[in-house]
Amino acid sequence: MGKDAELRGTTTLDGFRVLWVGVRREPKVFTVATLGAVLFGVLTVADAWVLGWSTQHVLIPAFDNGEIGTDMLVWVFALFMAVAILRAAGIVARRLGGGIMYYRMQSHTRRAVTRQYLALPMEWHQRHPTGQLLSNAYSDVEAAWSPIMPLPMALGTVVMMAIAVVQMFLADTVLAFVGLLVFPAVVAANLLYQHYSSPLMTRAQGLRAEVSEIAHESFDGAMVVKTLGRETEETDRFGAKARELRDVNIRAGRIRAVFDPALASLPGLGVLVVLAVGVARVTSGATEAGDVVTVAYLLTIVSFPIRAIGWLLGEFPRSVVGYRRAKAVLDARGSMEWGDAELPRTEQGALLQLEDLHYSYDADSPLLRGVDFDVRPGRTVALVGPTASGKSTLTSLMTRLVDPDSGTVRVDGRDVTELRKGQLSESVSLVPQTAFMFDDTVRDNVTLGADVTDDEVWAALRTAQADGFVAALPGGLDSLLGERGTSLSGGQRQRLSLARALVRRPRLLILDDATSAVDPEVEARILASLRDDVDGSAASLVVVAYRKATISLADEVVHLDEGRVVGRGTHAELLASSPAYAQLVNAYEVDGTPLASSTGVDAEGTTR
Amino acid sequence: MSATTSEPTSGTKMDSGEEIGALATIRLGMLYSPELREGLGWTLVLAVIASCGQIVVPIAVQQTLDKGLDGPGGPRFDYVAWMGVLAAFAIVVTSVASYAMTSRLFTTSEHGLATLRTKAFRHVHDLPLLTQNTERRGALVSRVTSDVDQVSQFLVFGGLIFIVSIGQMLVATVLMLVYSWELAAVVWLCFAPLFLSIRWFQKKLSAAYTVVRQQVGVLLGAISEPVVGAAVVRTYGVEDRTQRRIDTAIQDWQDAYTHAQTYTVTSFSLGGLSAGLANAGVIIVGILLGFTSDMTPGRVLAFAFLVTLFVGPVQMGTQILTDAQNAIASWRRVLGILETPADLVDPGADGETLPRGPIDVRFDHVGFAYPAGPPVLRDIDLTIEAGTRVAIVGETGSGKSTFAKLLTRLMDPTEGSVLLDGIDVRRIDARSLRRSVVLVPQEGFLFDDTIAANVRYGRLGASEDEIRASALELGIDDWLSGLPRGLHTPVGQRGESLSAGERQLVALLRAHLADPDLLVLDEATSAVDPALEMQIGRALERLMQSRTSVTIAHRLSTAESADEVIVVDKGRVVQRGPHAELVTQAGSVYSGLHASWTAQHSHA
Repeated sequence: MGKDAELRGTTTLDGFRVLWVGVRREPKVFTVATLGAVLFGVLTVADAWVLGWSTQHVLIPAFDNGEIGTDMLVWVFALFMAVAILRAAGIVARRLGGGIMYYRMQSHTRRAVTRQYLALPMEWHQRHPTGQLLSNAYSDVEAAWSPIMPLPMALGTVVMMAIAVVQMFLADTVLAFVGLLVFPAVVAANLLYQHYSSPLMTRAQGLRAEVSEIAHESFDGAMVVKTLGRETEETDRFGAKARELRDVNIRAGRIRAVFDPALASLPGLGVLVVLAVGVARVTSGATEAGDVVTVAYLLTIVSFPIRAIGWLLGEFPRSVVGYRRAKAVLDARGSMEWGDAELPRTEQGALLQLEDLHYSYDADSPLLRGVDFDVRPGRTVALVGPTASGKSTLTSLMTRLVDPDSGTVRVDGRDVTELRKGQLSESVSLVPQTAFMFDDTVRDNVTLGADVTDDEVWAALRTAQADGFVAALPGGLDSLLGERGTSLSGGQRQRLSLARALVRRPRLLILDDATSAVDPEVEARILASLRDDVDGSAASLVVVAYRKATISLADEVVHLDEGRVVGRGTHAELLASSPAYAQLVNAYEVDGTPLASSTGVDAEGTTR
Repeated sequence: MSATTSEPTSGTKMDSGEEIGALATIRLGMLYSPELREGLGWTLVLAVIASCGQIVVPIAVQQTLDKGLDGPGGPRFDYVAWMGVLAAFAIVVTSVASYAMTSRLFTTSEHGLATLRTKAFRHVHDLPLLTQNTERRGALVSRVTSDVDQVSQFLVFGGLIFIVSIGQMLVATVLMLVYSWELAAVVWLCFAPLFLSIRWFQKKLSAAYTVVRQQVGVLLGAISEPVVGAAVVRTYGVEDRTQRRIDTAIQDWQDAYTHAQTYTVTSFSLGGLSAGLANAGVIIVGILLGFTSDMTPGRVLAFAFLVTLFVGPVQMGTQILTDAQNAIASWRRVLGILETPADLVDPGADGETLPRGPIDVRFDHVGFAYPAGPPVLRDIDLTIEAGTRVAIVGETGSGKSTFAKLLTRLMDPTEGSVLLDGIDVRRIDARSLRRSVVLVPQEGFLFDDTIAANVRYGRLGASEDEIRASALELGIDDWLSGLPRGLHTPVGQRGESLSAGERQLVALLRAHLADPDLLVLDEATSAVDPALEMQIGRALERLMQSRTSVTIAHRLSTAESADEVIVVDKGRVVQRGPHAELVTQAGSVYSGLHASWTAQHSHA
């Protein structure tokens, strides 16, 4: 309990700290919004003053004298309208200012968080689930700044309360003290409310994230769910969490149901006490009836806005949690260090050297244990190895998506860690196994903003055998692909991904099984045109491949197994010297005879 | 997936719900969440009591001040005491009623919304894949998450308070009419511009929040790029461009929200102006009435007090109306899911059940075309005998994947029918269909859990021994036991901790555990090395002996080991027969495919 209270105390303090960050970031908007709120507060009190003035100077004399000058009526009108207009201006400044500050702070944080996403190394990304990163940048940021909306109103209320307190004291000290009891009572009730509800709010926030994660994953795997007929189980999984959230919300709601009327009735009770004491004091002649009216009236008008303070404090637990989560991203260190060396500006293929590379995702089972080989300029090297032998990881090391645990990757003799940022991506392109598409046009997905002509884009598409289907799209190069290119088939995405690499005319092109979803026939055409293309520009080429046609295209084959290079040489040499290699690549053949022989006729005997 | 599926034509689009009117939305919402109606009458009664109480207190206070304290004969103790008792009683009654009302509201609306959320979630899974793909994943998720939360806010704090506010306005109006109909008319006249502008503001706000929603979608998409596409962004060094796209999305999002907020603020401040106008009007007209009628200063002041009772609920009401635009829009989007027809209707328990044992497949003059698209399959008429292993081959875009989708009822044919064991798939109970027919897609999706949990999607409650036995039969036990944590290895989000080939192995194991009578494989081993693929292929061959299997083959090695090959070209079946037979048909589609395959795989 003691620890709990302490925790709550820190939350309130931390909540103010978060707000302070916002105030320092947007001081102007904050000032405008707060002044608006103060103006609103002052004029709410002034409303009572105008009514009093009108009564005393216009209403009573008019009825007493049976006549009134038009100028006085104009004054009444002008005063009321002036107060109303100024108050409206206050509302606009307060609410629009509060809104703008809230939106701007979210934007500031999102810009910072996404910049971090782009700056942090791949290794960091691999350690953090996608869903978490998305909510860090969206809902956590939203939660972090949520108290900004009620902030100006709460500050305005504080000013209003101060004015009301002064006026109450001017009217009658004793009554003021009685009335003043209402304010601490409201604050105390609010704190109590928070004490009971904030753990539930935090729990609900967590459950909301869980519900969302289940929905995300389940919709992503919709195909599996459908084909295995697991809709009911998935709905149960989702429904269980939804019900858990529901129950927490109801519990929080019941607490709110207790405190809402309590908070609403406190000022009313205060007024009753003021009246009781007031009547006694008026009778004893200690005070004027008018003063009792003033104190009672001030209490009534301040009673509603006082709850704005409660709304502000109520947002704190959510805000602090959200801020911490977003801050964790902003505080993440370990950006990739880059040097300032440059690569030569030539059309020549690049020289790639891998020296004693070690890498492990899991310390117990290292994936790469000392990989050495090089790719000389303009040469084509095929990387062959069994499933999960570390081929893809090796391509990540070549492009410096990740750095090795030990060992060096050199391009043109330069350690890639010494290169200036951006140098490597100008010369080296990787086409990954799974193609990622941006929610953009075909053209922009290929160019990624590079300054290339449409002719060059078409040329790259032609080499990747993608020109046919792109031309058939209703908008051609301008066709929108939709989120992650879901409107395309896997093979089509792979071909666009390949074109994306080709259009940049890399000096080293790395294909990580990049045509696995493409039909053999189409793949054959790609390889043929790739070979022409690569020969033309003399780029170096690394291909991760299984198909013999791809392998046989290579000048050299590197056979990878158990995290080491176990064989190097031409395809023919390896076939002759390494039984393991032969077994791996000849799997489609039975007893040395191709399952599907080129003549086709003698396949009859062997297959059936 | 064939090239033609790629046309972003897409079948039934996800219903955005945008065309449902505000009241219709509420009515429809009640229909889908019947809990919302439960005890609504009593809640309303409690609301009326609570709101009446809220008026009683200020009136009692005002009366006390006016008559008890400031009366002509000095303070009247008894009057003050009685009024005090009355007010205290009103406070107690109001508090109790308000507590009961709020907790009832929370209970019913949270129950109703949990039901709505779950129904909408289920409905998304019942929609055809094609329809699911018409909406961004993030947007679809927000329809069952944040949109429902918005509705909850509205139901608990908006809907009823709005009704109560109207009630309070009416009570105040009646009281005002009792005091002076002329002054009541003045007040209503002053508020007329506000009331008349509400509809206009609603329209503007509705439009503004639609833009906000769209921008949220764009923003979510932009934010996901540096996360989901982290590798691509880095390898191509397009950090700056990606950041620019995000910055634009952030700015557009901010502008959209600011724009919407401008309308909210304007409509709210208009309420304040009307109140000022009404106050001035009451005093001025009151004075003028005093010259000609029996109006007294006391009555004018009392009336001025009534105006404040009127202004409160009016401002509350307009505030709720503007806030409601966002909530109603959210409700529409959730309901929009449920209003999207699930094209593939499951006959449920009324449907027929497939008998166990190998399934006999028949395509009866089947044709398929995507909505507004060219035919993908035309007049396919064939039978696959129970227990045979069939490979379907054809070029990209020939329609072979569509074949698999029709067979597993991921889509229904536009012409003709697909029959399993002589029963039209549309008449088979979905549970029975999914039990007997399993599709292993090319990109096997895995859930962020362990390998064991993932394969159990195939057979709920399979024991670890059963899973291991299954892996042994498939010949992938070596791979499984080689993993650092075996079956308990976590696969990561979407299975990304595993390689593409390993993901396929898990998907295969999952399908094997499901023990189907008809197995449909869509090139399910494209990313594993040839040695392993052949090993699995041989295992599959053994396993398929007592079942029917249809393989969408991109590699002809698969076709060669099948009992029969069906060659699809441009949406038609052009050849059919065992590999050995087809390959000899010179100049045929199959021999063409075969030639290019052998050119690649026999050593060049």
